[in-house]
Amino acid sequence: MSLAEKRPDSGFRLSKLIYDSQYRGYTIQFLFLCALALLIGWLVDNAYMNLAKLGITPNFSFLTNRAGYDISFKLIHYTNDSTHGRAALVGLINTLFVSFLGCIAATVLGVVVGVLRLSKNWVIARLMTIYVEVVRNVPLLLWLLVIFAVFTEATPAPRDFRGANPSAHMWLWNSMAVTNRYVALPAPEFFRSLGNIDLVVFKVSLDLLALVAVVVLGGLADRALRNHAARVQEATGRRPTTWWATVLLYFGPPIALLAILGFHFDYPKMTGFNFTGGMLAPNSLFALWFGLTIYTAVYIAEIVRAGILAVSKGQTEAAYALGLRPGRTMRLVVLPQALRVIVPPMISQFLNLTKNSTLAAAVSYPDLGATLGGVTLNQTGRALESILLMMVTYLIISLLISIAMNLFNRRVRLKER
Amino acid sequence: MKTTVFLAAAAAVGLFASMAQAGTLDDVKARGVLNCGVNTGLVGFGAPDANGNWTGFDVDFCRAVAAAVLGDPTKVKFTPTTGETRFTALASGEIDMLARNSTWTYKRENDLKLTFVAVNYYDGQGFMVPKSLGVNSAKELDGATICVQTGTTTELNLADYFKQHNMKYTPISIKDSAEGKQQFLAGACDAYTTDASGLAALRATFEKPHDYVILPEIISKEPLAPVVRKGDDQWASIVRWVVYALIEAEELGVTSKNLDEMAKGTSNPELNRLLGTEDNLGGMLGLDKDWAKRAIAAHGNYGEIFEANIGASTPIGLARGLNAQWNKGGLMYAMPFH
Repeated sequence: MSLAEKRPDSGFRLSKLIYDSQYRGYTIQFLFLCALALLIGWLVDNAYMNLAKLGITPNFSFLTNRAGYDISFKLIHYTNDSTHGRAALVGLINTLFVSFLGCIAATVLGVVVGVLRLSKNWVIARLMTIYVEVVRNVPLLLWLLVIFAVFTEATPAPRDFRGANPSAHMWLWNSMAVTNRYVALPAPEFFRSLGNIDLVVFKVSLDLLALVAVVVLGGLADRALRNHAARVQEATGRRPTTWWATVLLYFGPPIALLAILGFHFDYPKMTGFNFTGGMLAPNSLFALWFGLTIYTAVYIAEIVRAGILAVSKGQTEAAYALGLRPGRTMRLVVLPQALRVIVPPMISQFLNLTKNSTLAAAVSYPDLGATLGGVTLNQTGRALESILLMMVTYLIISLLISIAMNLFNRRVRLKER
Repeated sequence: MKTTVFLAAAAAVGLFASMAQAGTLDDVKARGVLNCGVNTGLVGFGAPDANGNWTGFDVDFCRAVAAAVLGDPTKVKFTPTTGETRFTALASGEIDMLARNSTWTYKRENDLKLTFVAVNYYDGQGFMVPKSLGVNSAKELDGATICVQTGTTTELNLADYFKQHNMKYTPISIKDSAEGKQQFLAGACDAYTTDASGLAALRATFEKPHDYVILPEIISKEPLAPVVRKGDDQWASIVRWVVYALIEAEELGVTSKNLDEMAKGTSNPELNRLLGTEDNLGGMLGLDKDWAKRAIAAHGNYGEIFEANIGASTPIGLARGLNAQWNKGGLMYAMPFH
């Protein structure tokens, strides 16, 4: 077979499609594709005919109809006069919001647990082992239900805060309250607000944009300062003290901006049935966030542990030999190398967390599945369209996360030159 | 990739859509069992008892249909459905009929392609609150958190009512009455809203029912009716006329006790037609002469079914009200058996 014999090149003949092993492969692939296309065509045709017979034809115009229902937790403006399309958007943003919070928290917790599980301290290492084994061997849905039940059963009802002698008390100098429905928090407000930019779909607070801009500018200035310090150090061997300038750059401008805008808190107050004013973050959000975090963190911890163990012990020993303390060894030597092993499987964990957020229904958190795939689907009866839209949406979200993480992976992976 | 997803979904729909085409009557007879969709558990309307036997107002209508079609009221397979799954289960052919306190609305009939056969309970949406809340009217609920079942007409009525009265509220969407009960009793919501009959049924299952009060406002019309798929007129007629036969039986004074006596023939030709001693009405439906007699024999006439499951003598304790016979001040009015 492996004889490097040069083929006589006698041009292409039709019979070669069957008898020549080089071309036969193409023939088989072509025939397979034809069969697949036929099968798919038959399925689509069958589905379409049957749907038409039932009088159901796919139609997405319901997205522009009035929704008529209310959503308990929303990050963009929505009333029951808004459209089903907007209700879907509210759900999508809620999904992204809880997934984003979950990914951040799970990463932080996961890295800490992963590192601690390798700790030389016997108690800490065993505690982390127990945490990992207990959490990952019970289904996520049960964790969500348990956490949500604890939130609703163990906390006081808003009405307990009412009256002259309430049985429950607010925390932190009467600025926040934990109830069995939501956590009431003070909301940041501005006396001299810059207003909002209307981006048609949603509004963006100019105050927030200004704050972000100031912080970013501060960061850039700090970087310039550090570069300057490095140059001075290289030239003179003495690094100028810069920490006070760094603190000033990061905190000075934002504080000045907040003062100019007239920053203050709007505190929640008990009126009637519920707290009003401030921000009311529903328990369903916390339960879902917390549940997704502790569950995904376990897997991330195992990935981190694997990544660290994959770095040869010689690296650590070399670092110790150079006189680096264990903390710095971990941060400067081991973790950067471990990242190469850690990042690719982390992508899957972020994707899992995002997709697991569809379990929101268990705790009544209004995510995409609850608005588009729940109430809208029920009220309009457009099951096929709603589910298709949801599938496509989750597909797009997942692909975007994959792309972002793959770009990050390209930065940290071993550079081969 | 997007197309693949679409194709898979379309194929799945194509498979179940093709099953739902044959005549339902023939299907049921061939199967020997009636597949009936009921509530997942609403005591008085449709809930399994301690031995796993389904009982309730809606359940008895399923049994009456099974008795008329198959000759045996026990030949029913009950499928518990939630507010979300009920119409899909019906459209896909998983169940032959749905008797699950479902409101007859324009959109459901014409957009979801369903046939609501005949109203078997005239209801309206109300609110229940704990007595300790000190609320006496739904108009005092401004700012309240309210538990509402998702996928129901109640959800939309609730939004409309609060809008009309310029009040604010926070909805908590729940999947079924079991979850609603848990949330409501835990105090996660101030008020619970659903059909007034459902509130009474739910309250009857509480440990201390007297600590809760149903507010006087009825904010909507909720005509509850058994449902079948659109497009099978014969089957729709069968279910419709079984409901009417039970209502007519009450009007004519036929009960499960005097049924055998009456079926021997009476001086009332209308009664004789209904019970099959004269004429053959059943043949026109594709059934036999005794169809209505068997339907009534299953659990009695409409009034008996009402009293046994949700009437004044039960823990649910609903008055007949709108559901009394038309000649007794109610809306129950069977079309004539001519």
